[in-house]
Amino acid sequence: MTFQVPTINMLLIAPAVIVAGWGMLMMLIELFISEEAQEQWTRMIPGLTLVGLALAFVQTIGLWGFDGGTFALANGHPMIVVDNFATFLNAVFLVTGFLTVLLSVDFLRRTGLDRPEFYMLMLFSISGMMLMGMANDLILVFLALELLSIPLYIMSGLAWPRTDSEEAAMKYFLLGAFSSGFLVFGIALTYGATGTTQLPGILTGIANGGSLGLAGAAFLLVGFAFKVAAVPFHMWTPDVYQGAPTAVTAFMSIGAKVGGFAAMLRVFVTALPAIGDTWAPAIAVLSALTLIVGNVVALAQPNIKRMLAYSSIAHAGYILIAVAALPINPDGVSAALFYMLAYLFTNMGAFAIVIAVERKTNEGVMLDDYKGLAKRSPLLALAMAYFMLSLTGVPPTGGFSGKFYVFRAAIEADLIWLTIVGVITSAISGYYYLRVVYTMFMVDGDGEVTAPPALVTAVALTVIATLILGFLPGTWFDVAREAALQGGLALVGG
Amino acid sequence: MPDVTIDWYVALSIILFAIGALGVLLRRNAIIIFMSVEMMLNSANLLFVAFSRHLGDLNGQVLVFFVITVAAAEVAVGLALIVTIFRTKQSINIDEINLLKG
Repeated sequence: MTFQVPTINMLLIAPAVIVAGWGMLMMLIELFISEEAQEQWTRMIPGLTLVGLALAFVQTIGLWGFDGGTFALANGHPMIVVDNFATFLNAVFLVTGFLTVLLSVDFLRRTGLDRPEFYMLMLFSISGMMLMGMANDLILVFLALELLSIPLYIMSGLAWPRTDSEEAAMKYFLLGAFSSGFLVFGIALTYGATGTTQLPGILTGIANGGSLGLAGAAFLLVGFAFKVAAVPFHMWTPDVYQGAPTAVTAFMSIGAKVGGFAAMLRVFVTALPAIGDTWAPAIAVLSALTLIVGNVVALAQPNIKRMLAYSSIAHAGYILIAVAALPINPDGVSAALFYMLAYLFTNMGAFAIVIAVERKTNEGVMLDDYKGLAKRSPLLALAMAYFMLSLTGVPPTGGFSGKFYVFRAAIEADLIWLTIVGVITSAISGYYYLRVVYTMFMVDGDGEVTAPPALVTAVALTVIATLILGFLPGTWFDVAREAALQGGLALVGG
Repeated sequence: MPDVTIDWYVALSIILFAIGALGVLLRRNAIIIFMSVEMMLNSANLLFVAFSRHLGDLNGQVLVFFVITVAAAEVAVGLALIVTIFRTKQSINIDEINLLKG
């Protein structure tokens, strides 16, 4: 018996390796830090994290335009593919990490949560997200999903012994593990139906997979739906978002969701187009349920973090519209990618303001705490108003451009009913988003606002990015389209 | 005596998976819920091994090792979280862990 040594090109996975390796390096160094130097070391960590993320970002940008794979056996397909789709998403994850550090650094010190492991866990989670986009084998999808999730479970419990944070961590953990059970079972069924776990192999095998293959795809869908918080698999989201420290909520509201969609798009588009007639209607129904429940329940939330949790559920619904359009309209991938880019900046910005208004851990996060924010801190209130408009989808904002492309993709795929649901629920969402604006500008109130330089930088960056995506959406949509096209991800149905 | 075909294994793992999933939904003790999750993962493992044998493909058995390893990592984190919450609340009944609602 001969063993094959896989051909490995480490340069291609350098972004993920740098991020994970940087985290491990920092963890190792910490062991050698003396007690006296501990405080100084803790102060250095956010900066070091930014350096690591920047290194990985440079590496990622260098891979733009590359199309290939690595970790391939002689007779098989590569385990990891590096194409523009993966590179685009890697850049999104690194920017998410970058902004999270800017939001967290003063917040964690202020709330007494300044534990170095926060940044290391964040790096590990980011490396998992990056592998989600690059995975070309279902088992790697599973490993990446766990690498993404396990650090997030710990991060949600960062504020222990506060009960709400512990409770969030446990709920997230139990339901996260539950959902990975579905995912693994789906992988097992797909493996049985097609004889392989490699996505290109499944592509050819699934058509003859019969009911076993369909069941496998259904379980995979449930597993991903949990991760992206689609109704009816969303029960954990509001509790976890509300209980976790706000910096962690900001990170996972974008990272975990985009990570889930990265793997979902990759799997459904490269491996399962042959049964697209079956999964597309299922996703369309999921999407409609998600839009309705997310937007309607958000109306009644007095807690801003909980409201943003339901809002994030609703936004998963808009991205799902693009996914449902896929088998007919390949442009769905680029629409989803653009939407995620716009959502990243808008939601990060909104959470930055929530952090500025929050006094202690999970105190000062009610709508009432936003009374008179326009007088206390006019610029932050203006920025928050702009983010709320972007989340509603009012032009000229990134959120509007994202919704425009998603709806266009749906209409071109003849999903008129779903587009109508999307437009109506967007109108409903205006009520709870604009209520925040009303409270900030029209009602008097007082309270402290903490806006240190790092946070202000994050707000400025996200405002500028949302403006750019609002005024020049075409340029960035072309980038998203290039990402979708070159990965071979737009060839479905054709 | 009938031959034990692949269908038997598929049926058995579906039953195990269903028991696990129902356990998660119906039981109130966090540790029992956690054990039910492990059962779901192991039913998938059984399926992997059965299909691996059926298809004559070794990859399925390799996958089981990955799943077991990840499950072990999850146990480490999960039990730590359950112990932490038990210290604060003196209970691991998820009906009593209900601060967050809405």
